[in-house]
Amino acid sequence: MSGTTDGTGDRPLLAVRGVRKTFGDHVVLDDLSLDVHAHRVVVLIGASGSGKSTLLRCVDLLDEVDDGVIELEGRDITDPRLDANAVRARMGMVFQAYNLFPHLRVLDNVALAPRLVHGTARAQAQDEAMAVLERVGLADKARAFPDELSGGQQQRVAIARALVGRPAVLLLDEVTSALDPELVGEVLDLLGELKDTGLTMLLATHEMAFARDVADEVCFLHAGRVHERGPAAQVLGDPVEARTRDFVRRFTS
Amino acid sequence: MSAPAPAGSPAAPGGWSPSAVQRERDAYRRSRARRSTLAALVSTLALATVVVLGVRAAPGWPRVRASFLDPAVALESLPTVLEGLWLNVRVMAVCAVLVVVVALALALARTLHGPVFLPLRLLATAYVDVFRGLPLILVLLLVGFGLPGLRLHGVPTSAVVLGGLALVLTYSAYVAEVFRAGIESVHPSQVAAARSLGLTRGQTLRHVVLPQAVRRVVPPLLNDLVSLSKDSGLISILGAVDAVRAAQIATATHANFTPYVVAGVLFVLLTIPLTRLTDALARRSGWLGAQSGLAGAGALR
Repeated sequence: MSGTTDGTGDRPLLAVRGVRKTFGDHVVLDDLSLDVHAHRVVVLIGASGSGKSTLLRCVDLLDEVDDGVIELEGRDITDPRLDANAVRARMGMVFQAYNLFPHLRVLDNVALAPRLVHGTARAQAQDEAMAVLERVGLADKARAFPDELSGGQQQRVAIARALVGRPAVLLLDEVTSALDPELVGEVLDLLGELKDTGLTMLLATHEMAFARDVADEVCFLHAGRVHERGPAAQVLGDPVEARTRDFVRRFTS
Repeated sequence: MSAPAPAGSPAAPGGWSPSAVQRERDAYRRSRARRSTLAALVSTLALATVVVLGVRAAPGWPRVRASFLDPAVALESLPTVLEGLWLNVRVMAVCAVLVVVVALALALARTLHGPVFLPLRLLATAYVDVFRGLPLILVLLLVGFGLPGLRLHGVPTSAVVLGGLALVLTYSAYVAEVFRAGIESVHPSQVAAARSLGLTRGQTLRHVVLPQAVRRVVPPLLNDLVSLSKDSGLISILGAVDAVRAAQIATATHANFTPYVVAGVLFVLLTIPLTRLTDALARRSGWLGAQSGLAGAGALR
């Protein structure tokens, strides 16, 4: 399916062009560029501190870029004149530590954005939330509070919460890093299913086997730039750059 | 939900019965528990005996008892002191509601973003700085005697209203800081999650940050209410006949200090339920939301 929907002349759904981001003297993103085409899964790999999380936060407008342009559906979303809340509502973000709202039940966690952002009536918002919870296999936990769930279940609720607004792209920031090893599978399986539905995803991960399975393209980030990019089999199986080779060897052995 | 079966009970699930090691352990723990109870009983009785004997043997004890603990005077002053206490209770209840409302408004004003709100932000900050630093007694004197002295039209002259106003002015500043601490204790990742969904700053505050912040500050908030219930006695200096004032009058008529002790005992009885409520709320599991995991860390050797 991949590669058929986006012809070579197609405009990318998400385009990052020459983005720079610094924290104090530390340059985290340095003239970074990458494209994500519709219905494709782009995986970011790289050591801690290579800028994966910062890039995702900049794309979701949770951090402001210091230079460069990010385009979503052909529109420059880094333009300060744009309504950032409306832009964020077009994207879904899933965090490493789930960040569910502990005072709200699972159903209300998921129904919050439809009610407040999309102005959906409570009953209908809850119906929508229930439908998404069914999709992630947690409809039976709708009345539970987040701290009554396992880590894997919490992360699946967080994914449901990000999906309920039908985002154009789903951003995932090391969503399995906080999970016990035996719980990683259920989350990765869910992401695989989402890919099969044609959802566009940009995700950072340390799970090389998963990256190999799910990625249409892998970008190796180093020192705030895309150091190497290409199809998963090539970047993870036969990297061109020495640094990529070192990194992949360390994470797959 | 099932409580652990009593040791040695044969009604264990799956035919389990405690091993010899476990039975020996349980027996040891029971014997330790019996010894602890006995030790606590003996030490308490011993201390009580020493205190009672010591106090009775003290040279001034008969005089102390006569002027602080005279049962006849206590009984006689009780009705008027109780009547005064009812005023304290009403003042406290009304002030508590007003304090929470004003304090929340102050705390929220300090979190406002945007250039338009700069004066509001500055005002709220200045208010908290000033009224947290001013001694309550000064505020009471200024408001209670100063305001009516201006002879402005529409200024209330009732000592109770003016005293309540002074209490609200001062306590709002304290409680605003409690609310602000609660707001700041909510982790930034909660804000990031809310904003990533497209919620505005205001929606995030209202639906994500405040509900968590308020739950967390309920124990310190009730602590301030206990303090407020005691300080409601200060309105007596403006002439309001509350429990303190009633006790003062009774003390003067009987030439005996027992009415003050009566008032003191009543205030303590009034605040004990409040403090117990604070403790119970703090212990309630789930109440603290994300921090509820901490509540389970009890009973380690």
